[in-house]
Amino acid sequence: MLNQKEIFETINMIEKENLDIRTITMGISLLDCVSSDVDTVCKKVYDKITKKAENLVKTGEDIEKEYGIPIINKRISVTPVSLIGQGFLPSDFVKIAKTLDRAALDTGVNFIGGFSSLVQKGFTVGDTSLIDAIPEALATTNKVCSSVNVGSTKAGINMDAVKKMGEIIKETAQKTKDSDGFGCAKLVVFANAVEDNPFMAGAFHGVGEAECVINVGVSGPGVVKCALEKVKGEKFEVVADTIKKTAFKITRMGNLVAKEASRRLNVPYGIVDLSLAPTPAVGDSVAYILEEMGLEKCGTHGTTAALALLNDAVKKGGIFAASNVGGLSGAFIPVSEDAGMISAAMDGSLSLEKLEAMTCVCSVGLDMIVVPGDTSASTISAIIADEAAIGMINNKTTAVRVIPAPGKKVGDVVEFGGLLGTGPVMKVSNLSSEEFINRGGRIPAPIHSLRN
Amino acid sequence: MKKAIITVLGKDKVGIICGVSTVLKELNVNILDISQTIMGEIFTMIMSVSVSEANVDFSALSDALSAEGKKLGVVINIQHEDIFNSMHKI
Repeated sequence: MLNQKEIFETINMIEKENLDIRTITMGISLLDCVSSDVDTVCKKVYDKITKKAENLVKTGEDIEKEYGIPIINKRISVTPVSLIGQGFLPSDFVKIAKTLDRAALDTGVNFIGGFSSLVQKGFTVGDTSLIDAIPEALATTNKVCSSVNVGSTKAGINMDAVKKMGEIIKETAQKTKDSDGFGCAKLVVFANAVEDNPFMAGAFHGVGEAECVINVGVSGPGVVKCALEKVKGEKFEVVADTIKKTAFKITRMGNLVAKEASRRLNVPYGIVDLSLAPTPAVGDSVAYILEEMGLEKCGTHGTTAALALLNDAVKKGGIFAASNVGGLSGAFIPVSEDAGMISAAMDGSLSLEKLEAMTCVCSVGLDMIVVPGDTSASTISAIIADEAAIGMINNKTTAVRVIPAPGKKVGDVVEFGGLLGTGPVMKVSNLSSEEFINRGGRIPAPIHSLRN
Repeated sequence: MKKAIITVLGKDKVGIICGVSTVLKELNVNILDISQTIMGEIFTMIMSVSVSEANVDFSALSDALSAEGKKLGVVINIQHEDIFNSMHKI
């Protein structure tokens, strides 16, 4: 029999410490929707998604109610769209994006991801068209998320793609300038992208995946922070153990929800992603966990070490709690989505350079960072190249989601609202990287890619 | 048997147990175990119940209990037992 302490601990985590399931994401393969006619593709895509995800939102809400655990988002990820549109023009891809948006709207999900392309080694005709379509696609849809993988440990970095993505990000910001470049918040540039990520904007349903799967992403930085409050001043072993135990409990909840959703929807359980995903709500911040370890403010010296410990302990605690672990699984540090990060960026204690160092030891990368509107495309490309290099060399996923907010300068603040939060405009170097980016070609794969 | 946990938290007053158990009786929910204490002035109660034979679905049951909680001035939650089991039992 459960005891009173355990029951109230769980309820307390949910009600006071912001424990929730960030997302149930249904991955759907669109590989059978291929046709040489774009309207046929759109019809097949719409029909397939709305059929498969028909009960996704309702099932999520039922589970939420029965178990008393909030499930913040229900999402869909699909096969990278470039794969089903080889030979199409950019305007055809925009049509597909609008179809995805309509399917998302009609199924009631919060986001749909997979307007994506994998070009780490080079472009196919379809990849080029899809990438050219990204600005228009993101400007004319609401729920569609896009991602492009430009590098990997195995393939090196496609610097032509890096250059191109700098330009695409600028163009997307311009096309959505009425909302401060909001389109860029739905666009991620990856290195070593994973095929089963449930989190947006980078989710897509990889080609190695099954026809349809359920992936679940947990949240819960607030729970970790509250647990650490009880071990103030203790040694790091105690800190690590506390995080592990808490991560275990959080992940068990994710595992339960994933299994239950999979059973009710009759769709295989894919993975639970162990990432600690913050929200802008006070008490749901990764930065506050780092500060709880004894740092005056996130971004000061020691921040990278604190994050490394957190990221590792979360994985160690979570891995035992779920049947299948995957996705990105680590700590997220999206600046605009984390109250502590926002505050640290606003008062100057957190810089882009420090964030770059932090991305070496956490799960993703430079995420939801607003930079001045006059930042050049080549500088954005160079930021992407740096992140991709960290990913390539360290055999990990890295990503860049930056928003060059038109007309904004350092010191301004951009409001995105909802989960995407508030972004203080951060300083970038004003020295040029243009010649470097203009070289083009490919940075060869590192020596440790040759493992066979 | 599908089991759920009902938790009741709030300022103590006459008739809380009666109010909750009346709702459960009406909805044909069987009470399996009750533990109740007063901490300071705060009334806390945990009930283990079987919902297999309930005459409404889980969502309606949850709404009926919340409404009763409002009437009594306490917070009443009902959650499937598995959420606690999965978190605290290996």
